[in-house]
Amino acid sequence: MKRSITIWTKAISVVIVIFLAPYVFAAQQESPRTGGELVFAVGGTPPSFDGHRETTFAMLHPVAPHYSTLLRFDPQNYPKIVGDVAESWTISKDALTYSFKIRKGIQFHDGSVLTTKDVKATYDKIIFPPEGVVSARQATYAVVDKVETPDEQTMVFRLKHPSASFLANLASPWNFIYKADILAKDPRWYEKNIMGTGPFTFVEYVAGSHWVGKKNPNYFMKGRPYLDGYKAVIIRDTAPRVAAVRSGQALIEFRGFNPAARDDIVKTAGNQVMVQESPWVCNLTVTINNEKKPFDDVRVRRALTLAIDRWGASKALSQISVMKHVGGLLRPGSEFAIPEAELVKLAGFSKNIEVSRKEARQLLKEAGVPEGFSFTLKNRNVREPYEVTGIYVIDQWRQIGLNVNHVQQEEGAYFNDFRQGNFETGIDYSCDFMDDPDLQLFKFVSSDKSPVNYARYKDSMLDDLYDKQSRATDPKERLKLIRQFEKRVIDEKAYQFPPTLWWQRIVPHWTKVKGWKITPSHYVNQDLRDVWLAE
Amino acid sequence: VRQYILKRLLLMIPTLFGVAVLIFLLLRVLPGDIVELKYAGAGAYAPKEALARERAQLGLDKPVWQQFVSWIWGIVHLDFGTSMWTGQPITHEIAIRLELSIELALMATFIAVLISIPLGTLAAVKQDTWIDYCVRVFSIAGLAIPSFWLGIVIILAFVIYFRWLPPLTFTSFWVDPKANFMQLIWPALAVGYRYSAVATRMTRSAILEVLREDYIRTARAKGLWERAVLIRHALKNALLPVITVIGLEFAFLVGGLVVTEQVFNLNGIGKLFVEAVSQRDYTMVQSLVLLTSFVFIFVNFLVDLLNAFIDPRIRYQ
Repeated sequence: MKRSITIWTKAISVVIVIFLAPYVFAAQQESPRTGGELVFAVGGTPPSFDGHRETTFAMLHPVAPHYSTLLRFDPQNYPKIVGDVAESWTISKDALTYSFKIRKGIQFHDGSVLTTKDVKATYDKIIFPPEGVVSARQATYAVVDKVETPDEQTMVFRLKHPSASFLANLASPWNFIYKADILAKDPRWYEKNIMGTGPFTFVEYVAGSHWVGKKNPNYFMKGRPYLDGYKAVIIRDTAPRVAAVRSGQALIEFRGFNPAARDDIVKTAGNQVMVQESPWVCNLTVTINNEKKPFDDVRVRRALTLAIDRWGASKALSQISVMKHVGGLLRPGSEFAIPEAELVKLAGFSKNIEVSRKEARQLLKEAGVPEGFSFTLKNRNVREPYEVTGIYVIDQWRQIGLNVNHVQQEEGAYFNDFRQGNFETGIDYSCDFMDDPDLQLFKFVSSDKSPVNYARYKDSMLDDLYDKQSRATDPKERLKLIRQFEKRVIDEKAYQFPPTLWWQRIVPHWTKVKGWKITPSHYVNQDLRDVWLAE
Repeated sequence: VRQYILKRLLLMIPTLFGVAVLIFLLLRVLPGDIVELKYAGAGAYAPKEALARERAQLGLDKPVWQQFVSWIWGIVHLDFGTSMWTGQPITHEIAIRLELSIELALMATFIAVLISIPLGTLAAVKQDTWIDYCVRVFSIAGLAIPSFWLGIVIILAFVIYFRWLPPLTFTSFWVDPKANFMQLIWPALAVGYRYSAVATRMTRSAILEVLREDYIRTARAKGLWERAVLIRHALKNALLPVITVIGLEFAFLVGGLVVTEQVFNLNGIGKLFVEAVSQRDYTMVQSLVLLTSFVFIFVNFLVDLLNAFIDPRIRYQ
């Protein structure tokens, strides 16, 4: 009897817990609080205010809160795509027509109503820029044949051929929706002015100092934004930027810090700060000038990549820098990433580095490269992660008997030499706003097709694979093509050694900053509409 | 006097022209291209034709001599052009930063003068005593410690021990003097200390030299108070090299506080200079070099006038 009472008591307790748990959990969850000004640090100065032409987060972080985009990534469920000014969309069966319904009643900051005319004018500027206007991502939308507006609420993109990445590209955080009337009068107006439909209106910009925005009371999402305003403080150098977050004068810096800075901030501010981390869609690549001897010999290139211990690098460099994840051409952890079992079969990714180095020495010998052969590795004069990576790579090559001179250059000279082919080997970088094969593989197609391929080779097979994967509407088929592309670049031809490692994004911030979730890109989720301050 | 001033002012023109030619040519020799740097960011695949159009808009497609003539012609009309990087007028970009830089230079100079003249004089008067030794240690330390390092120490001390930092953004003195003071006093102290070390040593050695002059002995012999001898005769005559040093240091501070501005995150001319060079913003760099050259020449000119005013033996010839 006593035993059955105990069983019943336990059973009732379990039922109570199960039924009450959601309520208890909900009570524990803090409800967003309105008000306050978010002060955050930005590590650079915006060149212009035009998202369509700029390529730096230094523009995006202060300016993005003024604008809406057609689609956006759901920050809580990256890479899920949700509508921003688009309410819904459909894709035709042949994947050549994308139709979007635009939300009604969205207002620009001057009170005028947003229509499809504005969205079309925006995309026309991006895809078919008029004379004198630079669109930095024009090539990404080369697949678009026409942009149409059958009525005031419907937008249609007609494509030349199917594109697996097209929808995701419409969620680009750079594609601010501009006002058609303004663009018609002056397509460059947005380089120096702000007029959007985003959650914050423009207040002030003091060049080189700070940017201020205030809440847009007419924002189309009722109840948003939570903040009264924000102030982006421009702090170009790392030490004062870290100091600003440590002292709490800036509550967050969205791009991210290295592990040492994270530890400093946590040590100073204790439990008043929290740290969000995520793998980052950024990596460093060892670029080889395929036109220079002896690097035109595939055996030499393979030897160079075989010598680099990526797994050891991950352990060592992640202690002192953002370099962390071993992966192929697509970010490890993304839906397109190569599984580890396949990765370790590629040249330079084996976990048995001694065997790899033995093979590397043999290949150098066969290619006639003598012991102690000297060459240069050109690198940016940025300590982290460039310098540490350069030093690591040089040390790896030294272990197969090569003597490498580390030449660090300031940005202008560095880009100049890379574009002119005035280098033997070098450290190059890649950073995108989303995990997407079209973006990440573009660097590796023939150099006459990709302006960012500095390795100076042409390979029609790679170009063909790139085009096929880009057009593949079947995800499985696309993955198969990506794997072939990856194997050819990394292993068979070893044109470049991508990546040495993928980065880890580390964002320490004060706990009072709520509603912001880290994503693998520092370009997305920057409109601040969901962010609120707990105090 | 008027003729002398006019002559000196007119001499500034060829000097500045020489500087203009030099900086214009040096920048063109530097490898790198502003358009490539602008579109070097991630995910940017702007077509080559678009980049060529951008270069044309910036006037970079024209022959170098044409670029030079059009820049000089603009300057003659007091039009410094627009920043190639931001597209904003150069005068606007500089004006934002100039107030801070000049104010910081003035504060640092004030601190340096406040420290160096009394300390240098005291050290000279009390030569080879413990007071002199202390002043020498203080000034040698000031010379040895870079002001940016001192700045880092100040910042870290504030952050670690007080969890406080000076205001992150500049507030004009005319808007909020307290906020302005709280932001600039720390870099002014860091810079002023090094600056005072130079001036203290100069003051000490100049006074020591003057104190050995015959006219000082004469002044003492005719029974003047020691204070009067020191201030009216010794210090006044010893000030000439000190004023020269202070003047040149002041001119340097207006555009040369690159690292200190970075450490304290001050939006000044020095930081703008570094950014403009790294971005290959030719028009901005050229204008900044002209500005800092002008400040140097003008301050030098003022120092000469002041020296002549203090020492009537110097003639305007």
